[in-house]
Amino acid sequence: MSKQLVMLEHGSGGRASANLIEQLILPAFSNRYLAPLADGAILDPIPGRIAVSTDSFVVDPIFFNGGDIGSLAVNGTVNDIAMCGATPKYLSAAFVLEEGFPLADLKKILSSMKKAAKRAGVLIVSGDTKVVPKGKADKIFINTTGVGSVPFGLDVGPHAICEGDAILLSGFMGDHGLSIMMLREDLGFFAEIQSDTAPLNGLVCDCLAACHVHALRDPTRGGVGGALWEIARASGFGISIQESGLPVRPQVESACQLLGLDPLYVANEGCLLAFVPEGEAKTALKIMQNNPFGKNAAIIGRVTKENKGQVFLETRAGGTRIINPLAGELLPRIC
Amino acid sequence: MTINSAPYFDAVTATRLLEKIHRAVTGSLRFMEVCGTHTTAIFRHGIKSLLPKEIELVSGPGCPVCVTSQGDMDAFIDLCAKPELVSVVFGDMVRVPGSKSSLAAERARGADIRVVYSPLDAVELAIRNPQKEVVFFGVGFETTGPTVAVAVMEANRRKLKNFFVYCALKRIPPALNALFSESKSALNGLLCPGHVSTVTGLAAYAPIAIRFGLPCVVAGFMPVDILQAILMLVTQTQQGMATVENAYGRSVSTQGNALARKAIETVFDTCDAQWRGLGIVPDSGFCFKKEFALFDATERFGLVPKQGQEPKGCCCADVLRGLVMPYSCPLYKKVCTPQNPVGPCMVSGEGACAAHFKYS
Repeated sequence: MSKQLVMLEHGSGGRASANLIEQLILPAFSNRYLAPLADGAILDPIPGRIAVSTDSFVVDPIFFNGGDIGSLAVNGTVNDIAMCGATPKYLSAAFVLEEGFPLADLKKILSSMKKAAKRAGVLIVSGDTKVVPKGKADKIFINTTGVGSVPFGLDVGPHAICEGDAILLSGFMGDHGLSIMMLREDLGFFAEIQSDTAPLNGLVCDCLAACHVHALRDPTRGGVGGALWEIARASGFGISIQESGLPVRPQVESACQLLGLDPLYVANEGCLLAFVPEGEAKTALKIMQNNPFGKNAAIIGRVTKENKGQVFLETRAGGTRIINPLAGELLPRIC
Repeated sequence: MTINSAPYFDAVTATRLLEKIHRAVTGSLRFMEVCGTHTTAIFRHGIKSLLPKEIELVSGPGCPVCVTSQGDMDAFIDLCAKPELVSVVFGDMVRVPGSKSSLAAERARGADIRVVYSPLDAVELAIRNPQKEVVFFGVGFETTGPTVAVAVMEANRRKLKNFFVYCALKRIPPALNALFSESKSALNGLLCPGHVSTVTGLAAYAPIAIRFGLPCVVAGFMPVDILQAILMLVTQTQQGMATVENAYGRSVSTQGNALARKAIETVFDTCDAQWRGLGIVPDSGFCFKKEFALFDATERFGLVPKQGQEPKGCCCADVLRGLVMPYSCPLYKKVCTPQNPVGPCMVSGEGACAAHFKYS
């Protein structure tokens, strides 16, 4: 296995494809929906409204501190489903492999997806594998599509936000983006920064059970700043946040200072923004801090009637500035 | 690794400095922040919203991407399309529009263009790709100059035959001298660049303070640093003084960094250089010394930078001289945006137009 490589014939649909699926993929994702290897999986009915989300993952490098493209592909889609207020149930996984990609690496990624799926409590029920000639793709790309259910009566989203809502951030900002950048730019002095990639469906579940959550968003590409700007625009309310309340690891802040980045715009893969009624903010904070994926949660701001559609930040020095969305690409292929 | 910057963000200290500034100001004052990093920091920390309305801050020529001439841009863009060539640049250069194309457009057409944080990474690329010629686009000021010089020395030590630098490095003090000689910009003081001064030391600004009667204060980049420097500028103007002071003592010494200057002097001579907005400024650039000419991309590829054409309607040249504010440019936000920049001041993270766009 250690020297075996993905060959074009692995994507041919013939014997080599069958071997790849039977020897590597099935053992990793084994479940009764996938086992028949039919053209599609037939799922049992799930109560509630159905939430669907799809995402493609092209992160470079594919292995990084705190995770890899496999765990990211599972967590990313699980989180997108969870941000709808839904419980994620099933995932599909489609792989585009570059000819010559080491099978050992594929095995590692599959094993990581297996672990991530188990941790999130979802089943990978359908899949696809394509192989493209060397140089026509970069190592491995993964698409995952998720299906989940939203309980009847639950309605979260920017439209449900109210004036005065407290805004909570469930963890440190910028860990994922910086961990990728440190590796890619070979900046060894910040090697300890780890991606925060994690499934947030458990955290969402805890919050929904304890308080009236109005909106949820995972601030991935574009960071916390970009996500808040989108929500302000979509809700028609203003948003005011305090720089002094934003949770940032000192290492991430230092690295950002050196690289000329603003952690507000750096990508995250394991934290969420939650909008809850002002009176429930402390309860929500406590609930989050009791969850392993929310222990660094903080209240970072609130929804205002003023400055409609805009986000304002009160700086540590006491000044104010507007938060506009990121223009241009901060760092391509981050997820 | 962490940097303890908390004291320089301290709200109590900032408030105290602001109270002093408010008390000291008696009439309108116009200060130029020379450095692009200051422009961004001032916006980012919301400093303009805290200052008395009598104080106006204008951006200066200290954004290396912005002042790189259109001729140099065009020459490098033409070069990057050559086969078997790897072009290596700092990130922001990729999107700067040339007269006809940009590095981003050439990359989309297949040119091999890499982005690095350090010129030494370009040397590494040359070592790893012996069959290719690697050309680094050396832009920047006294701060970047030593790193480029060290990269050239390293390439020389390793006897590399495939590493070259297109040298568009520039010196800040001659540019300031040229800027104020024009006497169009009515200023009351200069917020001098912290990074450049770490290398040059304070003496570089003395002729400017004396010749133009301009108070000069070297500043750091945190809120407390900047407010401290502004207070020192206000105090100088109130006392009718025009001297060079240092508000960034933890990084900048009076003498500067002799080792870094030595690296530059080993590899480069000073020469006249073309600046966007300022034209040719005597003695304001760095060019290869004879003994390092082997690494000079202009020699190797026979490049002669032409007088590039500035984009029509673009006010970058005047913005860089503090003559107009970005929002006064007819293209600003209408045609020229960070997604579709017309001039370099809208491309660079340190460009005045990009900073205004992002933060206002």
